[in-house]
Parts: sequence; C-alpha cells; structure tokens
Amino acid sequence: MDTVTLRVFRGDSSGGEMRDYAVSVLPGMVVLDAIHQIQQTKDSTLACRWNCKAAKCGSCSAEINGKPALMCKTRLDEATIDGVITVRPLFTFPEIKDLVTDVSWNYHISEKIPPFTPKPDAPKPFIMHQMDVMRQQEYRKCIECFLCQDVCHVLREHELKDNFYGPRQIVKLANYNMHPYDNLKRMDFIRNNMGIGYCNITKCCTDVCPEHIRITDNAIIPLKERVADKFFDPLRMLLVKLRILKNPEADRSQDSLLG
Amino acid sequence: MVDYKTFEYDMLIIGAGGAGLRAAIAGLESGAKVGVVCKSLLGKAHTVMAEGGAAAAIDDMHDGDNPDVHFVDTMRGGDFLNNWRTVDIFVKEAPDRIYELERYGALFDRTPEGLISQRPFGGHRYRRLCHVGDRTGLEIIRTLQEKAVSLGLNVHMECTLTKLLKDGDRVVGAFGYDRVSGDFLLFKAKAVVIATGGWGRMYKVTSNSWESTSDGVMLAFDAGAELMDMEMVQFHPTGMVWPPGMRGILVTEGVRGEGGILRNSKGERFMFNPEYMPPEAKGMYAETPEEADRWVHDNKNNRRPTDLMKRDVVARAIYKEVRAGRGTEHGAVYLDVTHRGADYIKSKLPSMYEQFHALGDVDITKEPMEVYPTPHYVMGGVRVEPEECSSTVKGLFAAGEVSAGLHGANRLGGNSLSDILVFGKRSGEGAAKFSKTVDFGAIDASVIEEEAKLLLRPLENNGLENPYTITSELQDAMQVGAMIEKRADGLEACLVKIKELQARAQNIGVEGDRGYNPGWQTARDIQFALKTSEIIVLCALMRQESRGAQWRSDFPDKDPEWGKKNLIAKKVDSALEITTRPVQEMPEHLAKLFEEG
Ligand SMILES: Cc1cc2nc3c(=O)[nH]c(=O)nc-3n(C[C@H](O)[C@H](O)[C@H](O)COP(=O)(O)OP(=O)(O)OC[C@H]3O[C@@H](n4cnc5c(N)ncnc54)[C@H](O)[C@@H]3O)c2cc1C
Ligand code: SF4
Ligand code: SF4
Ligand code: FES
Repeated sequence: MDTVTLRVFRGDSSGGEMRDYAVSVLPGMVVLDAIHQIQQTKDSTLACRWNCKAAKCGSCSAEINGKPALMCKTRLDEATIDGVITVRPLFTFPEIKDLVTDVSWNYHISEKIPPFTPKPDAPKPFIMHQMDVMRQQEYRKCIECFLCQDVCHVLREHELKDNFYGPRQIVKLANYNMHPYDNLKRMDFIRNNMGIGYCNITKCCTDVCPEHIRITDNAIIPLKERVADKFFDPLRMLLVKLRILKNPEADRSQDSLLG
Repeated sequence: MVDYKTFEYDMLIIGAGGAGLRAAIAGLESGAKVGVVCKSLLGKAHTVMAEGGAAAAIDDMHDGDNPDVHFVDTMRGGDFLNNWRTVDIFVKEAPDRIYELERYGALFDRTPEGLISQRPFGGHRYRRLCHVGDRTGLEIIRTLQEKAVSLGLNVHMECTLTKLLKDGDRVVGAFGYDRVSGDFLLFKAKAVVIATGGWGRMYKVTSNSWESTSDGVMLAFDAGAELMDMEMVQFHPTGMVWPPGMRGILVTEGVRGEGGILRNSKGERFMFNPEYMPPEAKGMYAETPEEADRWVHDNKNNRRPTDLMKRDVVARAIYKEVRAGRGTEHGAVYLDVTHRGADYIKSKLPSMYEQFHALGDVDITKEPMEVYPTPHYVMGGVRVEPEECSSTVKGLFAAGEVSAGLHGANRLGGNSLSDILVFGKRSGEGAAKFSKTVDFGAIDASVIEEEAKLLLRPLENNGLENPYTITSELQDAMQVGAMIEKRADGLEACLVKIKELQARAQNIGVEGDRGYNPGWQTARDIQFALKTSEIIVLCALMRQESRGAQWRSDFPDKDPEWGKKNLIAKKVDSALEITTRPVQEMPEHLAKLFEEG
C-alpha cells in the first residue's frame, strides 16, 4: 500500500463538507500520522486535537469509518476500506472546527459529582489489598476520551444531556462510591441528578472504550442494582423503617466491593 | 488598539500538568484566587503519559530505604551538579506527597501487606517507585485534577500564553490567546507560577507531546530570569523504533525494572561489557548474568542487573552497540522480557503489552522489543530557590520539569513525578504567600500591542516560509548536531543552521484565520523552540567535558573543574549572556553520606 485517501470533515458549526486527501503510507502508520501529514504538507489549517500519540491522553477522539475511536490507535492498514478512510468529528458534541468539538459539557457535569472524601479515621497510608485496589483501578484507567459519551444513544440521539450524565461520569462515580475508605453517600445523587435510570444497558459504551473498561457490567449495572435496592427493596425498606439498619448506606458499602 | 479579554487572579499558574495542578491546590487551600492556563484540555498534559512510577523513600518494602539513601542516589545520578538543598527537601518530602495523593483518591498498587508497592528503577538503590501498573502519570494527573476541581479550580483550557508582563522588576501578568476562538487574553496576577514542563519537540524523534515547545522557559528567559544547565537534555535509553510510525514512543524503564534484558543482534547481554561500566559504579551491580537473573526474584541477596544502570550510561551503551554494527536491522537493540511469562507481563506492564500488540504487531510476551535512545526529559530550566521555587525575577515562580536544580546532569527515573508533587506544592505556597504582600501592578499597554502584532504577523503578511518546514529543518539539525553524542564541529554546524532558521522564521506566513489554526499555533511555538535550541547548543559547546547527559566525544572525560560549575543563561539588554556559577558545596553531614558508600 503506497497511498490511501483520507476523507476528512472540513467545516465548522455552520456546516462543512468531506474533503479527500492523498496520504503516503509508512509501515505502522496510524490515522493521526496521516492527519499530521496533511497539516504539514497540504493544509496547515486542518484542526485536530492530540497530545501523546500513545493512546494515553484521550485527546484524539474522532469517528473513523463511522465508529468512535482514537486516531492514534487506529492503524491505516486496518482502517482502509477500498483505499479510503473517513474521519469525522464526534457527533454528540457541538462542532468547533474540522475534527475538534466542544466537549466542555463533560467537564461541567464532572464538577457536580461529590468528590472522593476519605473517612476521618482512615489509616496513613491506607491499608488496601491488591484485589480491592484492582477492582477500582479498572475505573481509573479512564483517559477521558469521551468516546463512550459520544456513542451513548441517550446523549447522541435523544439529547438528554440535561437529564443523564453519561457512562464516563458513572464510571467516575462508581470509583468513588466503591472506594473502601470513601465516606460520602451518593445514591440519591446517582438516581436523581445523574439519571442512571435512562441507561438501558445496550453496552455500546463498553464496545468503544479504548481502555477496555467494562463500563456497563462493572460500573453501571452494580450502581443500578444498588439504586434499585435502596429505593425499591421492600424488605430493606421495612428494616430501615424499624431502625434495624441505622445507616443503610454505610452497611451496604461492603457488598458493593463484591459487586 | 488590540482587543482582549481581561482576567484577574492573585496567582496565575501557567501549565496544568502535575506541577501546575499541585501548585493550584496549594494556592486554593491558602485562600488565594487562582487561575490556571493550559494549551490543551484539562487532564491531557504530558504528565498523563508517565508510566513507571513516582520515587519516594517510604520503606514499605521493608528493605531499609530512607531519605538519606535517596539523597545519595539522586546526587550521584546527577553527577553532583544538583543543588543539594533542593535534593534534601525533595527526598524528605516525597513520601508525604505520595501519602497525600492517596487521601485525594489515588490508588497505588499494593504489597501483600496492603501497603504501597514499589518497583526498582535505574540508579535507585532500593525499590522506590510507587506505581499504578504502567500508568502512574494518569493516576497522578487525574487525582490532582479532581482534587483541584473540588476546591473550585478556575481553568482556561486550550489557551497559550506567549508573554510575561512586568511592572518594573516584578512580573504582574501574562498575555496570550485562546486557541479555539483566537481571541487575545490578558491575565493580571500578583504572582505567576510557570509549570509548563519540558521541551523535546525540537528533536525529530521524541517522546514528548505537541505542547513541549519550551514556551515556559522562554517566557521566563524573556522576563529576565536565569536559566541553568540548559545543555542537559536526557536521552531515554528505550524509545520505540519500529515500525516507523511508532518512533519515539517510550518503552518504560519499568520493563527493565521487571527484569527486562538488553541484547545486541548477536544475542550478547552487552550491558556486562566492562567498557560501559562507569568507574564509580563498580561493585554496585551484578557481575554475571546469573546474578542478575537471581536478583529478579531475590533482590536482597543479589546485586541489580547492569541493564538498570543510570539512563545516561545505558543510552550511551545502546548507541555504541549500534554504531559498532551490533544493532538490529532497524538500527536498534533488543529488549526482552519474555522470560517473565505472559500473565506477569500483562499484569505489570499492561499498556506496554497493548501498545506493542495493537500498533506494532509485536507480542512482547513472546518476542523482544526493538529500542533505541530518544530525547525525553530536560534537566535544565529556570533557576529557582528550592524553598519557595522563586526565580531570580520578583513574583515569578517555577516548578516541575521547567525548573532546574533537582536533577543535575541526569535525572533518575521516577524522580520527576515526585518532583512535580513536592515542588508543585512549594511553588503554590510560595506564590500565594508572595501575592499577599503586593497589589496588582501597572500593565504597560505598549508591550501588549507589540506582542499582539508579533502574534498576528504570520496571518497578515504574505510571508513565504512555512512554519512546519522551519520546524522540520530545526528538528533535523538538532537530531544530527545536538543528539546523544556531541562534538564541537557538529554543534557549530547546528548553530549556523539555527541562526539561518531564526532569520527565516521572521518571514513565516500562514493560511486561514485565528480560530483553531494549528499552522498559526506552530508559527509562534517555533520562535520559542528556535531560541531554546540556540541556548542548548551554546551551553553544550561551552561545557567541554562529558558528564551525565552531556556527552562530548571530543572531551570524553569528566573534568573536575567543570564539575564545580553550573551554566547560567540570561538575557542582558536583549542579548543572550552565558556565564558559570559555582555549584554550592554540601555541608559536612551530607557530604559524609558519600564516604559511607
Ligand atoms: C512517556 C513518558 C514517560 C514518563 N515516565 C515517567 C516516570 O515513570 N516517572 C517519572 O518520574 N517521570 C516520567 N516522565 C517525566 C514526567 O512525566 C514529566 O517530567 C512530568 O510529568 C512533567 O510535569 P510538569 O507538570 O512539569 O509538566 P507537564 O505535565 O508537561 O505540563 C505542562 C503544562 O504546561 C502547559 N503549557 C505549556 N506551554 C504553555 C503555554 N505557552 N501557555 C499555557 N500553558 C502552557 C501545558 O499545556 C501543560 O498543561 C515521563 C515522561 C514521558 C514523556
Ligand atoms: S449501556 Fe447505558 S450508558 Fe452505555 S451506551 Fe448504552 S445506554 Fe448509554
Ligand atoms: S470510560 Fe472509556 S470510552 Fe469512556 S471516556 Fe473513559 S476511556 Fe473513554
Ligand atoms: S493522542 Fe493521546 S490518545 Fe491519541
């Protein structure tokens, strides 16, 4: 393979078009390399984001051949279909220019999530076992590429950004909530503010996550179950009413570690 | 008159990597009004890429580590060009900064006892790197980001600052532009912290992100601050070389820390070649491959493998092997961890495994990697006093990779992630304290007009030079003349090229408008990179010896006289002046640590 055609979206919030560029190919080249080649040799105004070129920073998100992916992790030889690769900006976020979209909504809602707050009597350093740490390290692998946010149909098609925080933020919340030394209650927040009920477990977010976080199975479903338990489990409600469970949140925290 | 938006902060922090965010936390906790500016989105700074770990003598592995040993290792690592006061503070405070991160929410890997696990790294006598698999940088930046946001961080993302503003001898703000809209921005501030990281982008092959164009160090230089030891550019021994699309991406030292072995194309473990052993390291490393292999499982009764010598030593050895014709067909050497077994590799080095697999079709659990030195880190930078990270200009502070003093001639792996925590905090406290003693100064409108004109020139004139061509020619020149092995003739040729490019860069023209225009961004970035390259090359020419990262093959030995001097670069009446300054002598109680071994 010597050259391929990169079909790239060029435009801004007022509209645009797909434009073709011939790119010469070296072994191991990724889509981001091709974009850089266009910037350096054909059109220096082509806008994109990137930082690490090593799939670590989550800046270079785009839709490659219609699928949300990182440009620095997508090889040209694997993405080319009949000599062509199409590259478009994320669909769910407002267009800024070319491949750059306005992802600030993700930062705004992230600010609203109650932060990790350690128990006052937690030892220094924490005593934690690798098994427990590993379970949460999965959530912490998130590179904030927002590909899951882009693909989630609640945000993408139904535009329910006012009601639903999206899979990335649920991952973040799951991390805090399941930390053995966390001291905050967040179940009301998850149900009322984050709108976890909107998720209907299609797993599209899990499919696109470049960090292979099992978003749906390991973050969303356990939290959904806890919400359901807390609000709808009749036996639990009875026990709470009878004051047998004094602090229902705290008592459940151990279960969640098993989740 | 140019149009700009104005913001006012007690403290302005330029940079949102680990150092900038830790400074912001310190500022916010002290009650100061803090503004942070960064070139990319929040959480994407270079720090996110760090892999191996953060060094701190916390002795969780119960093998007797302590700050004194960390002190000795760091000074030895830096070939004694380090500022001992900086190192002293650093080794004592690093453990607390790590524990503090846990309380902010970081989740480090654990020992069987449930304590923080540590891994061995080059030049550190003990297992000392607190780590999270091979994504320690992500853990650190995300933790700091979330903590700072919870304290009410004001962050201006995707904004680039290009000029510090002064009132008399004091810094009172900064000027730049918003990348998205192209609008100009003015920040008034009582104190400014520079935390802009390093500069690898003037080399063709590098592990650095697009942001690492040396803006911060040039902002400080332009404002009159002293820069120190700018010749000290670290070449990490193990960058990827094949396939070409992956050149420069880092292979973490963690691979060797987990037992990875370097071999040449003849299959020899060349790090046992006595020619590569620096005299002062004799007796400290395994003498046979068998001992090195035993160390992997029993680090108490065996000495560490020679593959884990200091970065400068290993990088030079790899370079020499390849030059002697014992390299691979792609001009590299092999790094092999296959003997550790697939499960172990996937758990300890997951992103390395994945990266090679996905991008290079290489399964590192079954075949060796190909590696070669790559420009990676800078030890030189803004000269600061360790206690509060104050520069020689009033109101201007610096921390993290952009500052100089901690690492001397060579940085030990893992010492940077703890550097940004320790001195990030101190710089934030220093700036907050200073900001309480002054008011907003007066800003000279003509300086703003001038900078705005400079910024707009590439868009307005019909300049013929392309910013990418200039960048690429500079990268070629630095890659040839100022790489790992340096000689006077090569450095001089490089300097001639830099001067030519500086002249041509006056005539850059770019297409398009101010809104999210990478060509326009490159046009300003390259001006900084050209000046920094000039300083690097001039300092490398002046220091006529080989020490740490400075390898002058025309002066192959260490010169004890040069060992007593730091190089200082400063702008005097708009001209560059380079002088030397004596390295401060260690007090007796610290000097004694070296006699004991
Ligand atoms: C691949 C890799 C692996 C590494 N592994 C390790 C490791 O295992 N252990 C270790 O200790 N170190 C490691 N390092 C080194 C370490 O990551 C860096 O030295 C450290 O993160 C630097 O942090 P910083 O806060 O000083 O700067 P950075 O993280 O580089 O942040 C710089 C900030 O400044 C901003 N900025 C720059 N210029 C401007 C401007 N003009 N206007 C506004 N903002 C600006 C940027 O946008 C960015 O936000 C590694 C480095 C790399 C590249
Ligand atoms: S599983 Fe839920 S969060 Fe994920 S894409 Fe589907 S609806 Fe969205
Ligand atoms: S959860 Fe995965 S897909 Fe979503 S932002 Fe994080 S890394 Fe990206
Ligand atoms: S550039 Fe960092 S994830 Fe692609």
